Amino acid sequence: MGLTGLEIFKQLPRTNCKDCGSPTCLAFAMALANGKASLDKCPHVTDEARENLDSASAPPIKLIKVGTGDQTVELGDETELFRHDKKFYHPTAVAILVSDQEDVEAKVNQIKELEFERVGLKFITDMVVVKNDSGDADTYKAAVEKAAALTDKALVLMAEDTGVMAKALEVAAGRKPLVYAATAENYEAMTALAKDKGCPLAVRGKGLEDTAALVEKVAALGYKELVVDTGERETSKVLADLTQVRRLAVKKRFRPLGYPTIAFTSKEDPLEEAAQATVYLSKYAGVVVMKTAEKQHILPLLSWRQNLFTDPQKPIQVEAKMYGVGDVNENSPLYITTNFSLTYYIVEGEVEASKVPSYIIAVNTDGISVLTAWAAGKLTGESIAAAMKKAEVEEKLAHKKVVIPGHVAVLSGSVEESTGGWEVLVGPREAAGIPKYAKANFA
Amino acid sequence: MAFNLHKEKYRSKVSEVVLGATKEEGGTRSHTLTVGGESTLPFLQFEGDIPNRPIAALEIWDVAPEDWNPCFDPYYKDVYDNTGAWARKCVDEFGADLVLLRLKGADPDGKDRSPEECANTVKEVLEAVSVPLIVIGCGKGEKDNQVMPLVAEVASGEKLLMGVAEQENYKSITAACMVHKHNLIAQSPIDINICKQLNILINEMNLDLNKIVIDPTIAALGYGLEYGYSIMERARLGALGGDRMLAMPMIGNVGYEVWRVKEANASEEEFPGWGQQEERAILWETTTAVALLQAGMDILVLRHPKALEVVKKNIDELMESNKYE
Ligand code: B12
Ligand code: SF4
Repeated sequence: MGLTGLEIFKQLPRTNCKDCGSPTCLAFAMALANGKASLDKCPHVTDEARENLDSASAPPIKLIKVGTGDQTVELGDETELFRHDKKFYHPTAVAILVSDQEDVEAKVNQIKELEFERVGLKFITDMVVVKNDSGDADTYKAAVEKAAALTDKALVLMAEDTGVMAKALEVAAGRKPLVYAATAENYEAMTALAKDKGCPLAVRGKGLEDTAALVEKVAALGYKELVVDTGERETSKVLADLTQVRRLAVKKRFRPLGYPTIAFTSKEDPLEEAAQATVYLSKYAGVVVMKTAEKQHILPLLSWRQNLFTDPQKPIQVEAKMYGVGDVNENSPLYITTNFSLTYYIVEGEVEASKVPSYIIAVNTDGISVLTAWAAGKLTGESIAAAMKKAEVEEKLAHKKVVIPGHVAVLSGSVEESTGGWEVLVGPREAAGIPKYAKANFA
Repeated sequence: MAFNLHKEKYRSKVSEVVLGATKEEGGTRSHTLTVGGESTLPFLQFEGDIPNRPIAALEIWDVAPEDWNPCFDPYYKDVYDNTGAWARKCVDEFGADLVLLRLKGADPDGKDRSPEECANTVKEVLEAVSVPLIVIGCGKGEKDNQVMPLVAEVASGEKLLMGVAEQENYKSITAACMVHKHNLIAQSPIDINICKQLNILINEMNLDLNKIVIDPTIAALGYGLEYGYSIMERARLGALGGDRMLAMPMIGNVGYEVWRVKEANASEEEFPGWGQQEERAILWETTTAVALLQAGMDILVLRHPKALEVVKKNIDELMESNKYE
């Protein structure tokens, strides 16, 4: 990607002075194109050439930061179209909309409750969008101020009137909110405002091409901390635009669209809205803005985000060892599972819910699930016995009973054999059955 | 900088499979459903054709399910014991494009119904509804090998979509599909090579490639969904790139996977932090389905009528043209 050696060569002084260590400017240009040299080595490049070349070697999608402190949200800087090619790096930010005409405090508090623990991870929404529906600058400023006081989450200020925006920025600029939006009508003043306050700026055009042109105008004003909105609101057109923006940036290095995107749901029904957001999140949105803030509507979306942005090359694993859940002692039951983090945490959660202090051994299966590991020959009588031995179960426990997952009931015999006579109990198939099972067998 | 859209040029397209047969075609369906035929990635109509919209089935059983979540009761309780009525309700009331009948009753560890009983249920459902039908076995290979050939026979000419053929067990069902002109689900464990290999094996038995639908194996949201998603994206890119052994439409058992997981079933009392159970479950199913649509799923098998409704609306929206002027 990026520029060819010849294109770079044209920007160099072409004096062949060798100060860079290369025999000729052309050789140096080739080395640059191959990523084998850095431009600083040539002391003679002009500032203009440096800028051209820097921007050509910059990442295809600019990294944009919104917010401050631990709640800073990083957007963009993606390099792939498909996660299987490498991975996606910056999870789509989920933003929830608050109107300055509703009870801001109630909604922001509701948003703050959208925090879920799942598989050892914490899922949260990232941004609060405060929208100017009132048309009134003071009402808006008060709403922004209130939201800012209630949450540390990154903010998006949504007002088209630059006067209204200026007033809100008086109280919120320090939080580095995303200023939404520069449009054909207001871009000069809006860009000046965002630039002056050092806040990232969303640029909204009317369709793809118009948006690209508007971004160029904004960039020409000397500001490039941008987020792009093509202005489409229909599901299929947004999908098309998000795809085009991503492709043009990544495959064509088309600079005017080399920024993260923001997409707004348009559906009123929350279930339809969640489905629409799922499309945008799956296909490249940098930020997706939702209206609903109900837990049951948001948890599925955040779960999908977590799935989509995991590294496809490396399953998330927990350390393969014996864990004690609760106040364990030598009589505590012993469960076997795998070290796939998803599997382990599900089992751990259920063992905890059973309220019977227990041991769990996470057998090293290279981070794959129970049936996958069984099918791949990584969860066997021998591997279970070896993991038990390593955990020194004979020394730590006063009994000789071990519970295996119901899905691998077929392993009973070989576990018994490999452990030299431990009693093998077959647990339920789904971990959700563990509390009931524990009550029946260990309470 | 000059602005030019970036359109991919693909060499090939997904094959088209026709489900069901009308009277003229030797069956008894009121209409047929065609799936596949895409010449671009999902819904990117600006660079290719999506001649057939993805379709959504509701899943029904030949026996009353004992462990379906009580939130299904208001929809299905009165028909759980009457498979034909259950099918009719799915189509007439809930708007399913088609029905998937799972012959759960054949399970030797359950009701152990005979092949004849299973075949009768299939006939019953064919009489109850006029949409094309998907029929799959109980999942225990040996038993299914006895049941499915008879099912194929009694429904001869109906162009069912029958399943499933797996790498270790594909011959008997493939032969049955061949003889009685049905379509076949070829299931592979989220592995693109096994997927291709199985299609080759099936094709070697002379079943046409346009009679095969791929089940790439999926998992529920939060339970490995992303693995199936990526395998499907790769398979679809392979299809568009000209690999005929990957060029079949894809089917996914979304409802079956989703309704096993805790997030769908756990009550709000138990997990107040997860919000209302039924809507959460509907969205667990919807989100799984909608994500898979984006990876190229052509036939979604769902369980909850509301999930069906939301997914169908999402498909409607995505089928709106997004061609650039
Ligand atoms: C994602 C997936 C993969 C991923 C692996 C992801 C990973 N990190 O594990 C990939 C793509 C790599 C994969 C590969 C294969 N897979 Co795979 N895979 C799946 C899939 C879709 C989901 C698995 C999953 O993540 N489940 C979620 C976790 C949480 O489930 P779990 O670990 O089983 O835990 C649950 C229960 O077992 C229980 N539990 C867990 N521990 C314990 C402990 C106790 C004490 C108790 C009581 C309960 C309990 O609680 C959990 C929740 O209920 C399933 C099909 C499906 N839909 O389930 C197939 C599946 C497991 N795979 C299968 C196969 C065959 C394979 C391959 C061998 C195929 C091949 N290439 O030949 C390979 C092997 C890979 C290798 N050599 O390493 C088969 C297994 C068939 C069988 N019945 O034996 C399945 C069932 C698909 C199928 N229907 O054919 N797979
Ligand atoms: S230092 Fe610069 S001008 Fe001199 S040879 Fe190297 S590239 Fe050319």
